[in-house]
Amino acid sequence: MASPMLQVDNLSCMRGPRELFRGLSFVADAGAWIRITGPNGSGKTTLLRALAGLTTPDSGVIEWRGDAPLPASRAYLGHAMGWKDTLTVSENLSLGWSLDGESAAGDTTAAVDALRQAGLERQRHLVVARLSQGQKKRLHLARLIHSTRRLWLLDEPTAALDDQGVEMFTGLLAGHLERGGIAVIATHLPFAVAANSHDVALAG
Amino acid sequence: MSAGATPAAPALSAWSALAWAFRRDLTLAARGKADLALVLIFFVLVSSLFPLGVGPDPGMLRAIAPGVLWVCALLAALMSFGRLFAADFADGTLEQMLVSGAPLAALSAGKMAAHAITIGVPLALLTPLIGVQFGLSGPAMIVALVSVLLGTPILSALGAIGAALTLGLRGGGALLALLVLPLTVPVLIFGAGAIEAAESGMRFDAQLSILGAGLIVSAMACPFAAAAALRIALD
Repeated sequence: MASPMLQVDNLSCMRGPRELFRGLSFVADAGAWIRITGPNGSGKTTLLRALAGLTTPDSGVIEWRGDAPLPASRAYLGHAMGWKDTLTVSENLSLGWSLDGESAAGDTTAAVDALRQAGLERQRHLVVARLSQGQKKRLHLARLIHSTRRLWLLDEPTAALDDQGVEMFTGLLAGHLERGGIAVIATHLPFAVAANSHDVALAG
Repeated sequence: MSAGATPAAPALSAWSALAWAFRRDLTLAARGKADLALVLIFFVLVSSLFPLGVGPDPGMLRAIAPGVLWVCALLAALMSFGRLFAADFADGTLEQMLVSGAPLAALSAGKMAAHAITIGVPLALLTPLIGVQFGLSGPAMIVALVSVLLGTPILSALGAIGAALTLGLRGGGALLALLVLPLTVPVLIFGAGAIEAAESGMRFDAQLSILGAGLIVSAMACPFAAAAALRIALD
């Protein structure tokens, strides 16, 4: 392929008067993932938010050559995912999918399947307020299971997860990359999905 | 692209985004009825203080009724504006809305419409009850109901802009009131004016028409302003 699917050129972000990173460039092709590392406060979340379109970078270009335009290709997994405490796990999941225009929304079998993979099958009819931190994180990941979004932007996806949860996540990521997706992940942990990964270190 | 990959789902269209936000907020309102109860109790309580404070002179009560009714409805609606976006901001829903690629103005419009239905309609239905306390005539009470029904969606739309602008600020509630209250003056004037005209047996259709026109204009313009403010708040 001549030009990569995701191309970030000379990206710079400021937070107030402080410069987080400058002149950051990297590329990713279909099936590749990028690990963003760096100490706390080095701008990992800001970089992900810039890619997600939540923060306007001070300079630089983000180019995307996917089968859908960039705004319809992004899935952002931050620290909070908009789960409503008063709605049940499956209601929340369905709302999340339908916001992204996914056909899995409203499909009960898809929801049951995703929640089973995420280990939340028994909590399906519980309100989200009753879930633990780790279970909420699993719900974050469950939303990605039937997602057709190509570009995953994940901020510490394995924080608060147990070993089995991490294993579930690596399987999920491997499947996404196999289907030609791209992931940009801020994390300190080495994942078992080593294939075609590339590190971007922020100095802080 | 490897074989077998499902094609990416397109982002929501404006109408489906509006419907998504509208349905979701109605569901949430149905689960958390305490918020609505507080607003309605506030409306009844504050408007009931006036007959107690002013005294039982029927002429005086009838004269102040239109203004009092509308000021109380305004303050009750104001109480609920802060929550319009605050919860969605705190729990990350707004981020997901922006990332989803669905038009943010349409999502805001859906939220405004849901707010108008969950707050405006109950307030309007309560106005005849308040009118009884002030000895309003039958036609005036119906006009009061219609004017609140037409006016509160305008308040929801203006309140949404204020709520989006003050999102994440400390002391945002007071600032929200200062921002929004001056903008609501026309609604107050024409809303109260319509009731007053009906009470004194004059034509009131002009005032109601102006409220209706204001409703259309604010429904067209305010979602875009609120969406722009939301983008700034999230940056």
